Amino acid sequence: MSTETTERTPINYLNATTGWKSWLFTTDHKRIAVLYLISITVFFILGGIFASLMRLELTTPQGDMFSSDTYNKLFTMHGVVMIFFFLIPSIPATLGNFLIPMMVGARDLAFPKINLLSWYIYIIGGLFALGAILAGGVDTGWTFYTPYSTTYSNAYVMPAVVGVFIAGFSSILTGLNFIVTVHKMRAPGMTWGRLPLFVWGMYATSLIQVLGTPVIAITLALVGLERVFHVGIFDPAIGGDPILFQHMFWFYSHPAVYIMILPGMGVISEVVGCFSRKRPFGYSFIAGSSLGIAILGFLVWGHHMFVTGESMYASMVFSFLSFAVAVPSAIKVFNWTATMYKGSVAFNTPMLYAFGFIGLFTIGGLTGLMLATLAVDVHVTRTYFVVAHFHYVMVGGMVMAYLGGLHFWWPKITGRMYPEVWARIAAAITFIGFNLTFGPQFILGYMGMVRRYHAYAPEFQPLNVLSSAGASILAVGYAIPFVYFLWSLTKGEKAPANPWGAKGLEWETASPPPTFNFDHTPVVNEPAYAYAKDEEVEVV
Amino acid sequence: MPEYHLLPAAASVSAIQYDYLWWYEVAVAVIMTALIFAAVFYFALRYRRRSETEIPKQIEGSRLLEITWSVVPFLVMLTFFFWGAALYFRSQNPPPDAMNVYVVGKQWMWKVQYPNGVREINELHVPVGRAVKLTIASEDVIHSFFVPAFRLKRDAIPGRYNTMWFTATKPGRYHFFCAEYCGTEHSGMIGWVTVMEPKDFQNWLVSGGAEGSMASQGQKLFQQYGCSTCHLFDEQGRCPNLKGMYGSRVLLSDGRTVVADEAYIRESILDPNAKIVAGFSRDIMPTFQGVLNEEQVLELTEYIKSLAETHNGIFSDVQTGPTAGGGRGGSIANAGQGSLDTRGTSMTNEPPRPEANAQGQDATQPPAALPTSAAPGGKK
Repeated sequence: MSTETTERTPINYLNATTGWKSWLFTTDHKRIAVLYLISITVFFILGGIFASLMRLELTTPQGDMFSSDTYNKLFTMHGVVMIFFFLIPSIPATLGNFLIPMMVGARDLAFPKINLLSWYIYIIGGLFALGAILAGGVDTGWTFYTPYSTTYSNAYVMPAVVGVFIAGFSSILTGLNFIVTVHKMRAPGMTWGRLPLFVWGMYATSLIQVLGTPVIAITLALVGLERVFHVGIFDPAIGGDPILFQHMFWFYSHPAVYIMILPGMGVISEVVGCFSRKRPFGYSFIAGSSLGIAILGFLVWGHHMFVTGESMYASMVFSFLSFAVAVPSAIKVFNWTATMYKGSVAFNTPMLYAFGFIGLFTIGGLTGLMLATLAVDVHVTRTYFVVAHFHYVMVGGMVMAYLGGLHFWWPKITGRMYPEVWARIAAAITFIGFNLTFGPQFILGYMGMVRRYHAYAPEFQPLNVLSSAGASILAVGYAIPFVYFLWSLTKGEKAPANPWGAKGLEWETASPPPTFNFDHTPVVNEPAYAYAKDEEVEVV
Repeated sequence: MPEYHLLPAAASVSAIQYDYLWWYEVAVAVIMTALIFAAVFYFALRYRRRSETEIPKQIEGSRLLEITWSVVPFLVMLTFFFWGAALYFRSQNPPPDAMNVYVVGKQWMWKVQYPNGVREINELHVPVGRAVKLTIASEDVIHSFFVPAFRLKRDAIPGRYNTMWFTATKPGRYHFFCAEYCGTEHSGMIGWVTVMEPKDFQNWLVSGGAEGSMASQGQKLFQQYGCSTCHLFDEQGRCPNLKGMYGSRVLLSDGRTVVADEAYIRESILDPNAKIVAGFSRDIMPTFQGVLNEEQVLELTEYIKSLAETHNGIFSDVQTGPTAGGGRGGSIANAGQGSLDTRGTSMTNEPPRPEANAQGQDATQPPAALPTSAAPGGKK
């Protein structure tokens, strides 16, 4: 690879060493990020295939394409693959891994070998999950509710549970690595108040990963104990309590949705700032709200259980706290919007994804408020309303942010530019396809269509057809970037060090960066996002 | 060609109340979304980049604005919270005169039983204008009983009872669904609620061909499984006297006091050592876990409840005697009456009972006059 157009040494992290061993035994955080990028893309495609097959089946009310068992396995494997093997590692393990050391001005993460270990652990977990799929699949739903998962299911529950259990350790190690890196590896002058907002988001995410993931590990271990050794923990027939499982499961899995969304919020803060050429409005409030979400997020799990018969008063407390956790999310949305005020707004692809994120996350968040309302939740929980809400936040929010971030830092990661026109078209197609897919599901849910149904009542058909049609558009929106990203690796225009005129240490080194990121340890002597000189900052 | 509606029918008091709150929240959500979209579009276009070199004036932020857009949305959310909590609170507290119906979920069907012994599968008949309380149990995995037209759902959880209550307002046929994934035929675990005029409902219930009330079935089981050898109706038995026990406060051997409700009775049958009544010993009663199915436990519960009725009279159910209900012979005007054959499906091994209309009281106690039978038209 020739890099004569860059001023720095032509040696970078991609061409410093060659051969497959240099990748599989690398401890370079950037190469590990690329390994993760390839692996999660495989899982994303797999999960997407499952989703497509489900939408195909749901075009008709009768269950005529697959058997009920097959359909049940499709939605289960879609959930397991997308949540545990795509969404949770998505931004942290790829962009986080690649960017955090550079953003804080370090040459690598605090524990480079543990970083590589976490990828191997992820792959081993993923192989178990793939094994479960190839053996015949799992049919418990990604939530593994007991006693169905422990006593009644005849599917390959154990390999899937073991896979998720193992992958959890990868998540813990990544979080640990990030926390220590942010605490101990910051360059001189990189104070906490000067950290990029992406780092703040990742720091809050890492706290949840380290504190929450052990709980899901314990829970799944208990599921294994009951399923294999018939120790009565969750199944009432042998003295257990099935609701105990739900408490333990959601104690992790609700905070886990913040593991999935907080990194996305971090990306959006960077992108909106850069393409408005402005310091994000209310820096300290955006940073603080990430921590607020991380803490409050641990206190709301009971809102998944309003109709299980949990204590009425407990439900009221969980409902109240669920509204409280919405406040820091609202703060972010308002601040991103305000950042554009009197800015210099450019419509590059990452910014288009950021617009999409703000709009779709707003809808996802507001419908979340409806679900937090006790009486409203009783009707719409377990219906397509919840499916739509969840996908607005996770796909409309997180996947949009992931794609926006990938476009934003693609020049840095690969040293090549993506084709801007195609990318804008793909972003628009994604936005339209997404809304067509999941918008109708809000109405279906309110009408009473229950989720995880292989066959449904005929009155729900028109909206389901619309949803499936939208899904095919969405698939096109995802396929186009896949093609042009691959194309750009060899054919893309060479990227300069800072194609967007962005602020942040990662833009001060070459694209792609050298193995140790910086030729000299950077010294930070200005605040974050110093698009203009200090004295020009206006305080409203 | 099926009819397409974008709105589900609203056929209960709670559904109507629910929809007011629903549309309020939809309105707030739409307004908020519109404001955010408008601001994003306006700022993006108004402040679009006009030259590649322009550097806008930097703005640090505004504490006043941050406080405003934290506090104002939170106040709006508090209206969501209190309104939603108030309705939820009501949905958790059935009125004492509600009519009892028992619903048992099982892979993959819903079994419904009325106190007079009438049974149905995947069908539920209720009168208009009268509070109905469902006691919901499960034989195997978690299910969830969901009636969109009533805007209500409640999980059927193995090992415990849940309740749900409603007052239907509009005669008709409405779908109910299993809303918690429960295995292969989850999407087939559906049925119909038939809401009927009170007199039609009475006719339907009386002509239901019951094999004896649940309480009398329970009494049979009480004899058959030997409960009656220890639970005597005086203070001489090795086990507590159950007469008048239901609904009372029971002092336990560890000093605690519990209210003897359905859950307590169920637990005492399936796990007798969990709560020992003061003055009695452990390990006298064997467990009936795996011996009795959920319906038999419910029948025993209903029998034990009937032992209390003469004492406090608060637990009454639809009666099938000729005095109950308001007149006979009304035309069954409602749609979907073709389903009554499901009643014939017996779910226990018991042979048909001759005393179909027995009240199920203990033989030593004459049937008491029950205060509330299904009152035609109900009360609002």
